[in-house]
Amino acid sequence: MEAVNNISNRNKVHPYVVALWIGCAAIVMMFASLTSAYIVRKGAGNWLEFKLPSYFIYNTLVILFSSVTRQISYNSFKKGNFKVYKLALISTLILGIIFTTVQYLGWKNLDSIGVTLTGNPSGSFIYVIPGIHLAHLIGGILGLIMACFHAFSLPEKFSEIRKVRLEVTTTYWHFIGFLWVYLILFFIYS
Amino acid sequence: MSAIANHPETHEDILIREQGFDDHFHDHHHGDKFQSNFITKYIFSQDHKMISKQFLITGMLWAIIGAGMSIIFRLQLGFPEESLLWLKPLLGKWITVNSEGVGKLAPEFYYALVTMHGTIIVFFVLTAGLSGTFSNLLIPLQIGARDMASGFLNMLSYWFFFLSSIVMFYSMFLSTGPFSGGWTAYPPLSALPQASDGSKTGMTLWLVSLTFFVVSVLLGGINYITTVLNLRTKGMTMWRMPLTIWAFFVTAILGLLSFPVLVSGFFLLMFDRGMGTSFYLSEIYVNGKALENVGGSPILYQHLFWFLGHPEVYIIILPAMGLVSEVLSVHTRKPIFGYKAMVFSILAIGFLSFIVWAHHMFMSGVNPFLSNFFVIFTLIIAVPSAVKVFNWIATIYGGNLRLNSPSLFAIGFVSLFISGGLTGIFLGNSAIDIQMHDTYFVVAHFHIVMGVAAFFGMFAGVYHWFPKLYGRFMNDTLGKIHFWGTLIGAYAIFWPMHYIGMAGVPRRYYSYDNFETFNHFAKINQFITIAACVVFLLQILFVVNFFYSIWKGKVVTERNPWESSTLEWTTPIEHIHGNWPGNIPTVHRWPYDYAKDGKDYICQVEPLGVGEEDSGSH
Ligand code: HEM
Ligand SMILES: [Cu+2]
Repeated sequence: MEAVNNISNRNKVHPYVVALWIGCAAIVMMFASLTSAYIVRKGAGNWLEFKLPSYFIYNTLVILFSSVTRQISYNSFKKGNFKVYKLALISTLILGIIFTTVQYLGWKNLDSIGVTLTGNPSGSFIYVIPGIHLAHLIGGILGLIMACFHAFSLPEKFSEIRKVRLEVTTTYWHFIGFLWVYLILFFIYS
Repeated sequence: MSAIANHPETHEDILIREQGFDDHFHDHHHGDKFQSNFITKYIFSQDHKMISKQFLITGMLWAIIGAGMSIIFRLQLGFPEESLLWLKPLLGKWITVNSEGVGKLAPEFYYALVTMHGTIIVFFVLTAGLSGTFSNLLIPLQIGARDMASGFLNMLSYWFFFLSSIVMFYSMFLSTGPFSGGWTAYPPLSALPQASDGSKTGMTLWLVSLTFFVVSVLLGGINYITTVLNLRTKGMTMWRMPLTIWAFFVTAILGLLSFPVLVSGFFLLMFDRGMGTSFYLSEIYVNGKALENVGGSPILYQHLFWFLGHPEVYIIILPAMGLVSEVLSVHTRKPIFGYKAMVFSILAIGFLSFIVWAHHMFMSGVNPFLSNFFVIFTLIIAVPSAVKVFNWIATIYGGNLRLNSPSLFAIGFVSLFISGGLTGIFLGNSAIDIQMHDTYFVVAHFHIVMGVAAFFGMFAGVYHWFPKLYGRFMNDTLGKIHFWGTLIGAYAIFWPMHYIGMAGVPRRYYSYDNFETFNHFAKINQFITIAACVVFLLQILFVVNFFYSIWKGKVVTERNPWESSTLEWTTPIEHIHGNWPGNIPTVHRWPYDYAKDGKDYICQVEPLGVGEEDSGSH
């Protein structure tokens, strides 16, 4: 059956945006549990200490910067500045791909200093938690590719539903970015 | 539309036409031009009413499979000497035949059956089948929405459940059998394929299946929460929502916050199984070989599992509580007693359910000082639970009770919840749990309080909303036989288990032959098995009644056969796209105006009279 368009104009916040925030709450729980598992396991002793590859730390700047471009893109769409909108969207995509690559380099580096996936769980966590984070980011990249596709194929015209779609994907992108900031601070200071 | 036009316009119709909220739904011609074929109507449907039926019927199929499994393993427990050769056509190599021609259930398969029984009933029947069915049916209808916030995600939610079902079902036909390490899937048993046959491919598929299942729960939950928050009709404030909606709402929040934690636990387990990590594994010697894994902690898994596991039991029971509250109020013709107290206790139970998980781990070697904390909170949960029980009883007391199948099952629910809740208080004390843990006392506790009680809530719901689902009634006489037989039968099964448990008989044992002490329980075990068989047959009676009534039941002629005041009964009997043919209703009062001002009931769409106060507002 075709979906019912039952979004009545009585709502201030669009239901898709609400749904996104609720979905983010679920993701927060997932990472809260993974990082608690880290703390619990660390507290039990027999824990290998090592220096986090700097790739992971500098990559934080990449993801934060991509959030900025993403927001610029969204704002430009709202203002009707389609050129900046497209340019910033593409930049975000490129930054997302750079982030993915640098994460991979980070793991390679970890492996080369002898901290392997299968060794002491302290190392395994650095593969698994950022790995699950990256999986969520790749979901965001797929959304970005869709957004780029729309940006270049649809007419240069403002529409409410396009705005909502962009708002949802942009918010998700910021969310995943801030999640990484939390994770990196967690790994550095815990 | 013609069938709808044939019904005379009711008083509520006029109110909705004149005062309802015009959301311009039909301006877009959704309802009329809309074309559907068999596939989009019955299979890949995005209509919440159809998705609800899909969840219900899939859940029923699983219930038959899950309950059937319990009959097979009960036969082994009750009649260990008898030959099970007659099951060979069904079970094949899992029945081994000895030289005298006596057929025995293979011990590995006994464990597989127990594991599958638990997994199926907890997740597929009492989570998907219960909250999937009723959240889908009732949330849009009772809050006055055209459909869920996203019909597409809602459809995906069902199909992920379906996919998860297929994977689990397939795992039962593996040559090494399905997973057999208990529904809680504790490592190291579940983490090491070499530890048992069920831990090989069976466990892999178990994890895959349940991961899909979680996706289904999350997609459903996001939709339920968004719909309740965003799509309530005009006048439907939170404090005017029926208790069903409150229950589904909090259930969805619990699921949303706890299932991701389970997935984290599963991911780490998958890594241990497939990638050689040691999150849960340490210093293990298995099959004559010492493993390389060091530094893991199996207790970590237990924390992650029970952080979901305990909220999960409330994910199961809260919807049943909501259904029971609604059914009791309608059929006693009385407002629910203590509406706000009911809402606050749902919220309190929801909150507390997150901070009691370690009561499942008192015997896992967690620090006894930590246990104290969990004992306190566990016992505090009894308070909101007791408030609810008190309110149900106060609702029934002095009511104008209609004794029919829905109300009987609702009352049965209250009885079972009391019986099973009391034993929870025993178990919640860590000192008593030293004796009781992993015995049949625990089995009795959770079957009564969760298993049977949630089924009763679900039955109450099915009998009550069947007219809304299928436009016909179920047979009430068969329903009453079903009720009395199941109530007496369920107590006959689980009551004696308390005694066996107190005597120390452990759960999950294939046979007690080697334990002299337990020999004199043979007769009780036989009795339990016979009762289980009888109860199983009664459920078949329910299934027959259900399908017979879909096509041949008494036809519903009035829109509101139970004279209920909530919105779902203002929709046409035939299901239509968008639920209401014209405007959506505007709400003026709380949902429990029964026996008010000399009127039997007042629908929520009825404006307040001059000087009349909304009874829900204080
Ligand atoms: C008064 C409230 C309750 C208390 C104090 C309580 C306490 C407990 C405790 C301490 C255990 C662990 C026993 C052990 O393994 O040694 C337990 C097991 C269990 N309880 Fe409850 N409970 C309560 C209500 C409920 C409710 C309402 C449900 C479900 C709707 C439920 C479902 C379960 C289940 C499924 C298990 C066993 C899980 C397993 O080991 O397989 N309980 N309960
Ligand atoms: Cu519990």
